[in-house]
Amino acid sequence: MAVGPASVVGPARLAGRTTRRRGVLEREGVFSWLMLAPGVAFLLAFVAYPFFYGISLSLQDRRVASPGVFVGLANFVTLAQDPIFWQVTRNTFVYTTVATLLKILGGLAMALVINQHFRGRNLARAFLLLPFIVPTVLSTVAWMWILDPTFSVINWTLRHTGLVTQTFSWLGNATLAMVSIIVVNTWRGVPFYGITLLAGLQTISPDLYEAAAIDGASLTQRFWYITLPVLKPVLIIVTMFSVIFTFSDFQLPYVLTHGGPANATHLFATWAFDIGMSAGQLGMGAAVALAMLPALSLLIVALTLYLRRE
Amino acid sequence: MMAGGRGLGRRFLRLYLPLGFFLVAMLFPFYWMAITSIKPNRELYNPRIMPLIVHQPVLTHYVDLLDQTNFLAWTYNTMLVAVVTTVVSLVLGAMMAYPLARTNFPGAGIVAIGVAATYLVPQPLLFIPMSDIINRLDLGNTLSAVMLTYPTLLIPFCAWLLMGYFKSVPRELEEAARIDGASRFQAMLRIVLPLCTPGLLSAGIFAFTLAQNEFLYALIFLTKSDVRTVPVGAITELIRGDVFYWGQLMAAALLGSVPVAVIYSFFVDYYVAGLTAGSVKS
Repeated sequence: MAVGPASVVGPARLAGRTTRRRGVLEREGVFSWLMLAPGVAFLLAFVAYPFFYGISLSLQDRRVASPGVFVGLANFVTLAQDPIFWQVTRNTFVYTTVATLLKILGGLAMALVINQHFRGRNLARAFLLLPFIVPTVLSTVAWMWILDPTFSVINWTLRHTGLVTQTFSWLGNATLAMVSIIVVNTWRGVPFYGITLLAGLQTISPDLYEAAAIDGASLTQRFWYITLPVLKPVLIIVTMFSVIFTFSDFQLPYVLTHGGPANATHLFATWAFDIGMSAGQLGMGAAVALAMLPALSLLIVALTLYLRRE
Repeated sequence: MMAGGRGLGRRFLRLYLPLGFFLVAMLFPFYWMAITSIKPNRELYNPRIMPLIVHQPVLTHYVDLLDQTNFLAWTYNTMLVAVVTTVVSLVLGAMMAYPLARTNFPGAGIVAIGVAATYLVPQPLLFIPMSDIINRLDLGNTLSAVMLTYPTLLIPFCAWLLMGYFKSVPRELEEAARIDGASRFQAMLRIVLPLCTPGLLSAGIFAFTLAQNEFLYALIFLTKSDVRTVPVGAITELIRGDVFYWGQLMAAALLGSVPVAVIYSFFVDYYVAGLTAGSVKS
């Protein structure tokens, strides 16, 4: 590179300054924190701050459009004495447990089916994942019509195949309504389990199965001693992940049943919405939402540590 | 020959039968959505007519949907919000993921744990304080309200996914570029990011579907018809009290699902890669 005559001082000094500034930017810590800053600021402002603000709201008697009054733990005491709160707690645990078990079983079955060789496998996989990618509210609307009290296609089919003569009120009966939201949640979640478990299955070398077959292992033995151990880490992560979002589910029960009939399908999230948004009691609503925290934080901490370990 | 026949029977039991069951179970609701949207009301509300097929298809529900509701505005809002939030989340997520994956600096561990934890914090834990914050910022009934809040759901995911991709690029490539005079930023932009295009596509397509799926914040923040998104518009305006406009509801649900489904169909493999990246160690 040809350098200009020595008399040109200005640009040289300027160049020196930019290299120095660039030198600072090139320092690992400075560069890293500059890159992180916008994202971290965003998450602090819209996740961390609302989280702590929610805790402070839960300690106030605070209604929409009026200033809050500090009441200590009064909201939580009121909740603990409210039978509906305990019903909601039970609903949430039933919903999460049953739906998760069904999704594990269904997902495992789906993964084992698609893992076989057949023509159009990729196409089948793409179609089977559709329930998971279509916006939940929109597919739930279709389920509402499938489960409609008067025009349910399930009832029509049951009646016309002569299986039963009565009609079921899928969303009007307490037990059936719980069954319904569990079924729809399972329908939406099975593909998620199925496709992730399939990816896990595909990491298993066929040699392993052949070796086991030569040693005389039966199909069931191969499943228990090869397939399941390999799938275990994937299954743990997928399950914990899905439990977090099933436990705090809002969209599906809100659209399908609105928590009814008579609170039979209210989960923490939908009940918190009714109290905090529809009734405008922000403090009590925040307290209901925070009631999810003990169970959720256990799950979140466990999964965060598990993910970090990898 | 006999062995072949038996093999076929076994293949039927182990493959075609369960596969058929899964396909029907997973796709029936979409079929139902589609045929309901083209049934005339006299078919829809007559329990004596066989409901599994359409006898006289009509397009009245689609015409009414476009004519009598703000459906086009809802679609525009949904797409605008999804595109803006996806781009913002991708940029900020990549900016977070890069140093976390490739440099050592004080505080890296805390930030990484923070990203993983915020990724797992479900919305229902935050929506009540968030509604008050949005009110105080005077952002109610503006698309800015959702554009500001959606990235909080998407940035941690994008960052987490991209960290894995960034880690997979050999350090030597970057070092060679820096010896040739590229700054850290240039090395990231010119060397690492292009190599991670599949990761960016995965994160982008995933963020896009999540943004289209969001409902809770949109329901709370957007209460005027012309700023609503498709899911909120359908639920609040096609169901009025006890009256359900089933034909229009199904037309809205179908049309609302089409953009996601089309984009998904082009990028299935990237979507699946994004879905499995977090859970399958490779």
